[in-house]
Amino acid sequence: MTPAFDLWVYLASTPLLWLTVTLIVWIAADRIALASGRHPVVNPVLLSIIALGTLLIVTHTSFATYFQGAQFVHFLLGPAIVAIAIPLYRNLDKVRENLLPMIAALVMGSVTAVVSALAVAAYFGLPDPVLAALAPKSVTAGVAMGIAEQFGGEAALTAVLVVTTGLLGAIMVTPLMNALGLKDYAARGFAAGLAAHGIGTARAFVVDEVAGTFAGIAMALNAVMTALILPLILYWFLK
Amino acid sequence: MIEAFALLLLCQLAGEILSHGFGLPMPGPVIGLLILFAGLVIAQNFGKASAASINDTALGRATQGLLQHLSLLFVPAGVGMIDHLHLLQTFGPILFLALFVSTALSLAVTALTFTAVKSWRSPRRAS
Repeated sequence: MTPAFDLWVYLASTPLLWLTVTLIVWIAADRIALASGRHPVVNPVLLSIIALGTLLIVTHTSFATYFQGAQFVHFLLGPAIVAIAIPLYRNLDKVRENLLPMIAALVMGSVTAVVSALAVAAYFGLPDPVLAALAPKSVTAGVAMGIAEQFGGEAALTAVLVVTTGLLGAIMVTPLMNALGLKDYAARGFAAGLAAHGIGTARAFVVDEVAGTFAGIAMALNAVMTALILPLILYWFLK
Repeated sequence: MIEAFALLLLCQLAGEILSHGFGLPMPGPVIGLLILFAGLVIAQNFGKASAASINDTALGRATQGLLQHLSLLFVPAGVGMIDHLHLLQTFGPILFLALFVSTALSLAVTALTFTAVKSWRSPRRAS
């Protein structure tokens, strides 16, 4: 064995390497997004996932090895969600003003998210377990996987569909809201959090603090709402 | 800084205990969010917190830093998709179409309902 190979074997097995690579790839992706003027299509999360995924495949690194390093970043997700309490507290007046619009939008949006996805999939005749895995895709990953498993869906497939939905929502939300002529950041953020959970919420925080706050509320509410309505809707679609 | 971070973790821990202990359909961190929020409202009633100055506290600064980089925190889980791409082999295109249509529709319906109800209410309040 060459010394260079020995070094690689050593580095590849320490958390340091992949933690550092994750941060550097993110910084590069974020710079590219910034250079594009934060164009919605140039999404830094998507760019990072593609770059890191390619890197893992090229270097024959397993996700388990990668995650030993990346878990330190992943871990911060929990405290970051808790941290949304601060913008919520700061913008409490705006939240109080919009209570009724929020409740109406939650019910309509939550039902639309589940029914429209199932309708397309059922039209093409996808089997029941795939429908069950697809139905909760707008909900934050942990809750969505729990719901899917309850109805015979595969949790891993749900995880993939949840992340894809988040990326699609984060990319779509700005151009779509502009096309609809909606300028209210409360409404735009609420839609992003409802349809695209945490990844949509992260995008909303980049755009505007009020949008981020409403996105965080929508994400939390939709997790509960979907858990309540999904069994009723799925009942009509499963054969 | 350390106090702020410990407080966030403490709220998350309490949230996880409640979420798993009672099998609630809400993830631990979301319950932690509600606990911290309730704590801030209580602190305000005792004159210990105010919405105007919260961003200048250690807690405010720590959370601004975390939330500005919220997107980064989703990257490791997103990379995890590479282990499961084979699940998309059979139905990939149809599933992508379903996600595309559904995400666009739910974004539009949610935002339009929100603004419609809001504008239906505000003229009444003005009169």
